[in-house]
Amino acid sequence: MSLPAEIWHLLLKDLRLEWRQRTALAGLLLYVGGTVYVSYLSFTARGGLPPAPAWNALFWIILLFAALGAAGRGLAQEPAGLRLYYYTVARPEAVILAKIFYNALLLLALAGPGLLLYTLLLGNPVQNMPLFAANVALGAVSLASSLTLVAGIAARAGQAGGGTLLAVLGLPVLVPVLLIVIKISKNALDGLPWDVSQGPVLTLVALNFIVGAVSYVLFPFLWRS
Amino acid sequence: MKWWKYLTIVLLLYTVVMGFLGHVPRLAILNETERNLYFHVPMWFGMTIILLASVINSIRYLRNPSARLDTLAHESAKTGILLGVLGLLTGSLWARYTWGTWWTTDVKLNGAAVTMLIYAAYLVLRGSVSDEQQRARLSAIYNIFAFSAAIPLLFIMPRLAEASLHPGMGGNPGFSKYDLDSGMRLVFYPAVIGWTLLGVWITEVACRFAFVKEKIYEKQEKQLA
Repeated sequence: MSLPAEIWHLLLKDLRLEWRQRTALAGLLLYVGGTVYVSYLSFTARGGLPPAPAWNALFWIILLFAALGAAGRGLAQEPAGLRLYYYTVARPEAVILAKIFYNALLLLALAGPGLLLYTLLLGNPVQNMPLFAANVALGAVSLASSLTLVAGIAARAGQAGGGTLLAVLGLPVLVPVLLIVIKISKNALDGLPWDVSQGPVLTLVALNFIVGAVSYVLFPFLWRS
Repeated sequence: MKWWKYLTIVLLLYTVVMGFLGHVPRLAILNETERNLYFHVPMWFGMTIILLASVINSIRYLRNPSARLDTLAHESAKTGILLGVLGLLTGSLWARYTWGTWWTTDVKLNGAAVTMLIYAAYLVLRGSVSDEQQRARLSAIYNIFAFSAAIPLLFIMPRLAEASLHPGMGGNPGFSKYDLDSGMRLVFYPAVIGWTLLGVWITEVACRFAFVKEKIYEKQEKQLA
């Protein structure tokens, strides 16, 4: 089988499994919804909506922790026997790329409803909504691509660190992504013209390609252990 | 002692003596703090070079696994962290006297902070895996991955940024090569070599110490068996 075909089959397999075990997806959605609702309650306790910078920061922090939660499930949940089986039927490059795509789709599925609920409850100070929505999509994909390999490493490192290890290893790698993404969404909030955001968007896309390429090269080594 | 160790001592003595007593141009605001060029900037140079050595050893480890290469990568990373912390401290002190604050949200400062976080996470990862081979492989993978994710942050983003308080805009992120006083170059370049060699020296001693410890453990195990 060619590489794209293998990726396609692995991705379909993951999506089917996710659909059969809807509780996991529902749990993540509930997490996002719950956090948004708690933020809404905390802000309205004082009366009124959060100022735009706080609105922006809070949204990305919610999405960041949703990403950490989602990534922790992907590679971590598979038992060793299943890994051995994949090893016989697919090449490692296909496995990591399929996981990156799958994580990206999962995070998009979380970010979309999350953004909707967030704007419903906490108001919508965004002046350039198409750019903001596109940035959320790009940000979700970037978070997923940066976290997939790290989640694999954390899963192999065993139970000692547990969930915290993923956060410890993932956060430094995610800071560049978050810095760029928050800058673009600030531009969208302020309604700045597109050419201001063009540079950061291109940087983010380039960063995605670097991270994807490095994951592609390194995953076979992780896989062997 | 090898010749380059004498060279290190001579260069660092020269750096310290000439750094504190030598002539520097009179400049407003900077005043005598510009002598930090002989300490802060070469420490970051040294850190980058030593961390590069760490990554190269990690790549070599993945191509051809051996306990020796793992120790080299680990000890280089630790020396890199030491130089990085020294760079942060000297930079922070300098910022206090020139900018009036210990820390700001500057592109270059963010890059430095993320680099430190990455290598702290690297040490956490090493600490949380008990199996030696597994630890070596996982940390090598993380080292390469995190280094490639941090490079854009340290070398590309500062050059793209529109505004930065830090000296050296529109060129080298550390300092400006065009307005560097030629008298200062006479101290600066030896300082770069001196601090880097000191890093190499520390790493060498740490590696030898690690090898000796390993041999002692092996002997003890033999005696027990």
